[in-house]
Amino acid sequence: MSFIHDLSVTEMAHALKTKTIGAVEVAEHFLNRVEHEKLGAFLSHNREITLKFARNSQIKLDSNNGGPLEGVPIAHKDVFVTKDFPSTAGSKILEGYMSSFDATVVQRLADAGCINLGKLNCDEFAMGSSNENSAYGSVLNPWDTSKVPGGSSGGSAAAVGSRLIPAATGTDTGGSIRQPASFCGVTGIKPTYGRISRYGMIAYASSLDQAGPMAKSAQDCALLLSAMCASDLDRDSTSLDIAQEDFTNHLNSSIKGLRIGIPEEFFGDGLDTDVRAAIDDAIEVLKELGAEFVRISLPKTELSIPVYYIIAPAEASSNLSRFDGVRYGFRAKEYTDLIDMYKKTRSQGFGEEVKKRIMTGAYVLSHGYYDAYYLQAQKIRRMIAEDFKVAFMKCDLILGPVAPTPAWGLKEKVSDPLSSYLADIFTLPASLAGLPAMSVPCGMSLNSKPLPIGMQLIGNYLQESKLLNVAHMFQSHTQWHTMIPTESMIETKTGDAQ
Amino acid sequence: MSKSSNHSKPSIEDNASTYSTLVQGYEVVIGFETHAQLLTNSKIFSRASTHFGAQANTQACAVDLALPGALPVMNMKAVECAIRLGLALGSHISQRSIFARKNYFYPDLPKGYQISQFEIPVVQGGEVSFFLGDTQKSVRLVRAHLEEDAGKSLHEDFVGLSGIDLNRAGTPLLEIVTEPDMRSSQEAVAYAKELHKIVTWIQVCDGNMQEGSFRCDANVSVRKPGQPLGTRREIKNLNSFKFMQQAIDFEVRWQIEQIEDGKTIEQATVLFDPDTGETRSMRSKEDAADYRYFPDPDLPPLEISSEWIDQVRATMPELPRAMADRFVTDYSLPVYDASTLTQSSHMAAYFEETVSHCGQAKLASNWVMGELSRKLNEENIDIQDSPVSSTMLGTLISRISSGDISNNSAKTLLDSLWSSPDSDIDQLIQSKGLKQVNDIGALESLVDTVIATNADNVAQYKAGKEKAFNALIGQAMKASKGQANPQQLTELLKKKLQ
Repeated sequence: MSFIHDLSVTEMAHALKTKTIGAVEVAEHFLNRVEHEKLGAFLSHNREITLKFARNSQIKLDSNNGGPLEGVPIAHKDVFVTKDFPSTAGSKILEGYMSSFDATVVQRLADAGCINLGKLNCDEFAMGSSNENSAYGSVLNPWDTSKVPGGSSGGSAAAVGSRLIPAATGTDTGGSIRQPASFCGVTGIKPTYGRISRYGMIAYASSLDQAGPMAKSAQDCALLLSAMCASDLDRDSTSLDIAQEDFTNHLNSSIKGLRIGIPEEFFGDGLDTDVRAAIDDAIEVLKELGAEFVRISLPKTELSIPVYYIIAPAEASSNLSRFDGVRYGFRAKEYTDLIDMYKKTRSQGFGEEVKKRIMTGAYVLSHGYYDAYYLQAQKIRRMIAEDFKVAFMKCDLILGPVAPTPAWGLKEKVSDPLSSYLADIFTLPASLAGLPAMSVPCGMSLNSKPLPIGMQLIGNYLQESKLLNVAHMFQSHTQWHTMIPTESMIETKTGDAQ
Repeated sequence: MSKSSNHSKPSIEDNASTYSTLVQGYEVVIGFETHAQLLTNSKIFSRASTHFGAQANTQACAVDLALPGALPVMNMKAVECAIRLGLALGSHISQRSIFARKNYFYPDLPKGYQISQFEIPVVQGGEVSFFLGDTQKSVRLVRAHLEEDAGKSLHEDFVGLSGIDLNRAGTPLLEIVTEPDMRSSQEAVAYAKELHKIVTWIQVCDGNMQEGSFRCDANVSVRKPGQPLGTRREIKNLNSFKFMQQAIDFEVRWQIEQIEDGKTIEQATVLFDPDTGETRSMRSKEDAADYRYFPDPDLPPLEISSEWIDQVRATMPELPRAMADRFVTDYSLPVYDASTLTQSSHMAAYFEETVSHCGQAKLASNWVMGELSRKLNEENIDIQDSPVSSTMLGTLISRISSGDISNNSAKTLLDSLWSSPDSDIDQLIQSKGLKQVNDIGALESLVDTVIATNADNVAQYKAGKEKAFNALIGQAMKASKGQANPQQLTELLKKKLQ
């Protein structure tokens, strides 16, 4: 048998159920990897707590009443609050913060049997696309440690990409699951807005934030997504009132005759040649599987950048007001009065990018500017959703690149934030429209070191099953998703040599 | 509804306020904003209790404390309260209204924003009608919107520090806003009293002003008749009707003085100090914050179906004005009685129960408004807690109308029943010897004796001196130890002396 960490979630859950392996054995295996990882992917882990979960799982497995994912380890992006591990959202302002409750996502995965391995690094409050905005240091791309892993779910992508862990949760506001998944060679899905409860997700931009799984394959994502999705109207008013779904049901359905739209706006001049070549190859594979391709247009694609960078900061400026040093989290050591306390706490507690977005947000909401910026952006947002509506009359789903380029170098775009904003261009439209979208490994850029490339699939509302079906069929006929970095990302000085 | 003439004439003061509202040649213009705390068990966006008076911070959950990841969920009971108010005041109830965030920093505002309604409130228009002296007045409403209350800052118990109690944070409020329709402090107070009566009557608010369940802000300005509106100053948090009048009167005098001195009024928010009887400025317009209102992305638009409105309508009690009209028609009560009895739903209910037991509406009205109310006021007891039940009072009134006891005897009986409510009325009448002598035979002999022993008075009466007749009645009553029925006695004596 292969190493435990090479098993898919599906295989691992089966091996645990059939008692081929034990939950404690699995947990210890991954703890050894997590405790010695060199990527900066983890912000917190705790052997004692994880092993306690594993022992409880084993008791359930022994009496044959475990959940569908009983004993499978997972780690959570640090924007999900957890009772057992600190929850910082990658910010100094929440350093050491312990939540009194678990996020619904965390709770649901635990109910399904998942063992919590700890918390994963991310851009501060999920603001960024390189993971360089974390107050706790950058995460390295496991394929090339001089490159960024993408963001904001950079820790999640790097940890799964390097097989530190079998699966992770992420959150996606403007591409924060899809883009790092693409950069690290993992599969990730952002479902329809409202599919997964936002309760316990530290809010960045409430009308865009959506959780999702990041794993080694579409099949694993389907299994995890089935556990994560459920109506949660008692705790999240934006949660959709729909029945639970088993997303593994249609993975193997034929895609013959499926109409896939290719938006011309996603294939313009800025697109990297390797990325374009990888997408073209993927299209060929899907054609062989019987899919039909149609040219479509999403004319407002470019406008999604200014629209996103008005709406998201506007909501963020308000969502982050609660971090005021009054009730919890960081408070400046010295201050003269209340206003001074607010100023110093927030100046010292937030990082540069967060402060930039709070100021942008406060500005676009302020008296005299609201109509010109915020209202106008909302109007265009509706037009972007309308573009998709028109497109979905011609096709069943949409295919394109996730990002214009593979992972860029660490510090390369730090001094040029605009260029990293522009790199979000292909992921923003689906976020603004609230549509489900996923990233599927589809090729490699072969410069000095190979870097993964992801293709993006965008579905109509609630069509996650169709996305996962296409992705799974693609992965059944390609091996891109099984590729792993050659370099070990684990310190080898311990006994654990894998 | 027209004012009947059979109650005491309006006083001179009433006349002045009704017919001439000018103060030193200035017209006073007042508009109101009232915060009514809604009678729900839990908070507007969380499940924490709204019970008043609990230990600080024991009734604040994750949502009220604005913990990271917590989200608001609408309490439909609060919406129902808004619908009830809208129905009671003849307002338009929006089928779709929007919650907005009002952003500002303050330690007792945990999220850094208050969830309120801004552009589209749930209740629009409507009016409050009431009598001021003899004149019917009507104040138009602009709107009533749902919002959450803030917590409380505690400045007294901590040396050099402030405490925060978040028990009140998230308590549901309806903010009821009028047009600037009031022209005197008396009219303003009458409006506030009428609104207070309505919100308690329809059971959306307990009306407890000391505990802050019903708080009024008055916008006051003055102008020369015919001139455009003057600059207004807002008097905050008027939590008694007495202070309301004092504060407005002071403010009006102050504004007139300023103008007469050649100064201009600056828009400002002022506080009333009950100790000095003066208002003082809290903040000027220049300090006014930019609240950066925008629709709350955590809460979808509030949808109210016409079916829901119909359901609520079916549970609405008869409103005080309709009930007063009915009292006039059905019970032939004077308008004054009808309007007094409908000051509270409890009083009205007590009255109607009493009538149902004795069938004597006017007597019941006299007793409820007179003797009963006097005793209740003396002991500061609410009518619903009266030791003498409506059934007992009804029986008592039946004994008066049947001639068994006199009005005075009934008062004595009421006193006895007050202290021992379990007593049987008829036994009390017996034991106290309060039964009137109605026996014609006994009365005849009594009258004969009086005529025989008071020849002087008889002679004087027959000579045309009416006064002598009263002396004879007095003698007869004395002889009966006060138990004779005075009416029968009068008739009998007159007959015998013819």
